[in-house]
Amino acid sequence: MLTKLSGGIVFDPANGVNGKQMDIYIQDGRIIKQPDDARIDTEYNIDGKIVMAGAIDLHTHIGGGKGNIARILMPENHRDDPVARTSITRSGTGHCMPSTHITGYRYAEMGYTAGFEPAVLPVNARQAHMEMADIPILDKGGYIMLGSDDYLLRMLTARKDQQAINDYVAWTLRASQGLGIKVVNPGGISAFKFNQRKLDLDEQHSHYNVSPRDILKALTMAVKQLGIPHPLHVHGCNLGVPGNLQTTLDTINAVDSLPMHLTHIQFHSYGTEGDFKFSSGAAQIAEAVNNNPNISLDVGQIMFGQTVTASGDSMHQYANHNIANPKKWVCMDIECDAGCGLVPFKYRDQNFVNALQWAIGLEIFLLVDDPWRIFLTTDHPNGAPFTSYPHLIRLLMDQSFRNDMLATIHPEAQKMTTLASIDREYTLEEIAILTRAGAARITGLVHRGSLGEGDWADITVYTDNDDREAMFETPDYVFKDGRLVVKDGEIVDICWGTTHVVRPSYDASVETELTQYFERFMTMKLGNFKISDDELTDDGRGSLTVHPTTGAAS
Amino acid sequence: MTEFKEVTSPFCGIGTDDLTVQVDNLSVTVTENGCSMNSPAFELGITDTSPRVGGKEVDLDTAYHKAAELLSQTSQPVIGGCATDVNGMRALLSLADQSGAVVDHQGFNSARYNILTMQESGWINTTLAELKNRCDVLLVVGTDIEATYPRFYELFVWCQEAMFLEQSSDREIIILGKHPQGKTVISPTGKHPHVLDCSDAALPEVLSILRALLKNRPVKSTEVGGISLPELQLVADKLKQANYGVATWSAAALEHQHADLTVQTICELVKDLNHDTRFAGLPLGGRQGDQTAHQVSGWTTGYPARVRFSSGFPEYDPYLYDTEFMLDNGEADLLLWVQSLDTESAQPPTLVPTIVIGRSGMQFQKEPDVFIPVGVPGIDHSGHAYRLDSVVAIRLKQLRDSGLPSTADVLSAIQLAL
Repeated sequence: MLTKLSGGIVFDPANGVNGKQMDIYIQDGRIIKQPDDARIDTEYNIDGKIVMAGAIDLHTHIGGGKGNIARILMPENHRDDPVARTSITRSGTGHCMPSTHITGYRYAEMGYTAGFEPAVLPVNARQAHMEMADIPILDKGGYIMLGSDDYLLRMLTARKDQQAINDYVAWTLRASQGLGIKVVNPGGISAFKFNQRKLDLDEQHSHYNVSPRDILKALTMAVKQLGIPHPLHVHGCNLGVPGNLQTTLDTINAVDSLPMHLTHIQFHSYGTEGDFKFSSGAAQIAEAVNNNPNISLDVGQIMFGQTVTASGDSMHQYANHNIANPKKWVCMDIECDAGCGLVPFKYRDQNFVNALQWAIGLEIFLLVDDPWRIFLTTDHPNGAPFTSYPHLIRLLMDQSFRNDMLATIHPEAQKMTTLASIDREYTLEEIAILTRAGAARITGLVHRGSLGEGDWADITVYTDNDDREAMFETPDYVFKDGRLVVKDGEIVDICWGTTHVVRPSYDASVETELTQYFERFMTMKLGNFKISDDELTDDGRGSLTVHPTTGAAS
Repeated sequence: MTEFKEVTSPFCGIGTDDLTVQVDNLSVTVTENGCSMNSPAFELGITDTSPRVGGKEVDLDTAYHKAAELLSQTSQPVIGGCATDVNGMRALLSLADQSGAVVDHQGFNSARYNILTMQESGWINTTLAELKNRCDVLLVVGTDIEATYPRFYELFVWCQEAMFLEQSSDREIIILGKHPQGKTVISPTGKHPHVLDCSDAALPEVLSILRALLKNRPVKSTEVGGISLPELQLVADKLKQANYGVATWSAAALEHQHADLTVQTICELVKDLNHDTRFAGLPLGGRQGDQTAHQVSGWTTGYPARVRFSSGFPEYDPYLYDTEFMLDNGEADLLLWVQSLDTESAQPPTLVPTIVIGRSGMQFQKEPDVFIPVGVPGIDHSGHAYRLDSVVAIRLKQLRDSGLPSTADVLSAIQLAL
């Protein structure tokens, strides 16, 4: 089966292609070079249409226990967005935390072909994978959460050497089938269980006598030494706290220039200036990012409307429970492993803080110079549901539209942002970097987010349109592994993506001590904790893709 | 004879995974760490091996087609029971989606006390390992835990070591409501729990006054539900002094009306305590695949397992889509009962056509139109199940080769035949 896409204008930054008209050939799910004389089975004339790789969301809460609590918590939200079944698609519900099938359809309908769950608790990883297994079309994977787990904290207190920590990190990654390592409020989720209500970068955990800085150093080093391609994925201290700008700057300086990905940085970029003691730290954050090439970030843009915030950061979600809207919320302490908090939230454009949050996110997008180190996210569902991406893309690409929107928000927030004076407009090439080439590179995905020979044929075709929201909302065609799954923005076929993982090696003797620890303190056996490959593949539609580690793994 | 170690259980709700099980051909014996819940459930023999249509043995294909035929002739089928593993629930929801059925877990009416509380006001909850390692004050409300969770105190309370307690026997147990009948609630050092007896019907009042005391609100009465106010004040003081307290209850054990309001009071009381210290709730459940059903239904539909698909999309109503209520009111015209865990949970009596996908050996008051015996997840085939804290999913293993199909196989085959 040979497919040809003829005459598209290709934006493929992974291969240095910027708006060049060229044909693409697909065979057996992959892109091939132009065959000499082979018969074309199917040809799509896409003359003049915009072609990009399938988009990749590197931070989206699509699988795992807290997302499912968020779903069950919000029946009234689902009632507003029921989705009927069709002859090829399942029914479900949508809006702020869509059901799994609807998640896959809606991502694919926007031209996305991969999404990564950023907060997989090791003890809940089985659930995360089971949920993601029910998301059609998308490739998926997860970053495994460490840093408030008692095992690591005990190691740090005992001053175990870096090699021992590396072995534990690599073992956990393997046991949980992850693609990267995440830390959320380093040590803070655990500290909350000891009744600490905040934990600043250099504050001591009251039981373990380690600081978030110690944890960040140990984990960034482990990720580097193990050769895990994705930098340590960091949700920093003091989420959402006015003045956390300084914490974030200090965090950037805390890791000795090792690679670090700062996630949903918008929520960590707040100053305390002005009448409301809440101000934008975007300029300082962007400057620090521009000056530190080891730092990458995703924004966590907020959009106005109803959502539900779902985070592993039980400490700060608890602190925010009074602003729950509607007024209900859930926090959990989980298995000496982590925790979570779910707080429904309604961002309002006439609320000063929310309006400024919106502006801060956009300022960061526009002030960070290197598109290869910044990624387009709303931290779904925390800033907004992922379905708002086309609107966000228009805000980035269209200054007059952006300024029209700016003129409608809380007037005091308008005074506190420099947004109106920033004339940058993202180009199609830059959008292709943020949402494709860069996202694949920073997560270590091989042959994804790229349209070169040998790459998997995840391809999105758009009709060029000055209204970028309309353009990115409704692609003409989306191909997943070479198969046409979306036509004119609607699902036409179903397939199942792969689960991306990395497997750095470790010393197998790490299990000796872990087995004892599980026997003494955990509520399951080590052997039952580990997720075997067949759990992800024995349904006949799941598969595992193991990506190479980089550098000097032991 | 084959011996399996570290066997996981879908039956007990606490995710027991330390069983040793011997399998001799089709006979299963729990040889280590069994209990009054797990051992009988594992050891129950296989009797039915063939499907039946109208009481007559048929092959699987015939049974699938008959089930599909019955389903296709209905306008509002109900799928009840829903006691199975993750793949079973996946297949069940897929079939419900296509056939426009109602899906209703058999334990929903008691689980509803928790679900309504969560959906109305939320909670702060915890999981078993936090209880085991951290809890210094355990408040048990309206529940004799040992009666339904025989190893609860052994495994999670009087454990040999707790990470953050000097001795696990230092824990304080306060029991409000039903008097414990067993002995495992007494610590190995002989320490007895602090028991305040009251009837279930008095729990709303007792808990409300307890909450008032915790918030230092004026209370005029001197006695509530047979408990003197000073006694209750003592409990309030102990709860406040906890470093990490846990309040636990089993919704299924609460036998008074509107027990959701009681659960809500417990959860709000826990929230109040977190103003100054740490405290968390732990709803006990995990029986008959309840958490498995709610989790899979949650990610597939957005709602817990009482959902109707007849509009073409999932709709949730915690009261109206009750299997027995619909059958009694003539609102359902077919019952598909799915129960792969327990032979004693047969379908409720009804006159409408009935299909049962059940554990081999199920006894019926009235033979269903179609009966397809299935294997048990965790014995006859591998699978996944959730334990009561809904965070941990356990991997269920295949222990024998009985040839019985899985629930997922059967439901998928019926959907295909549809």
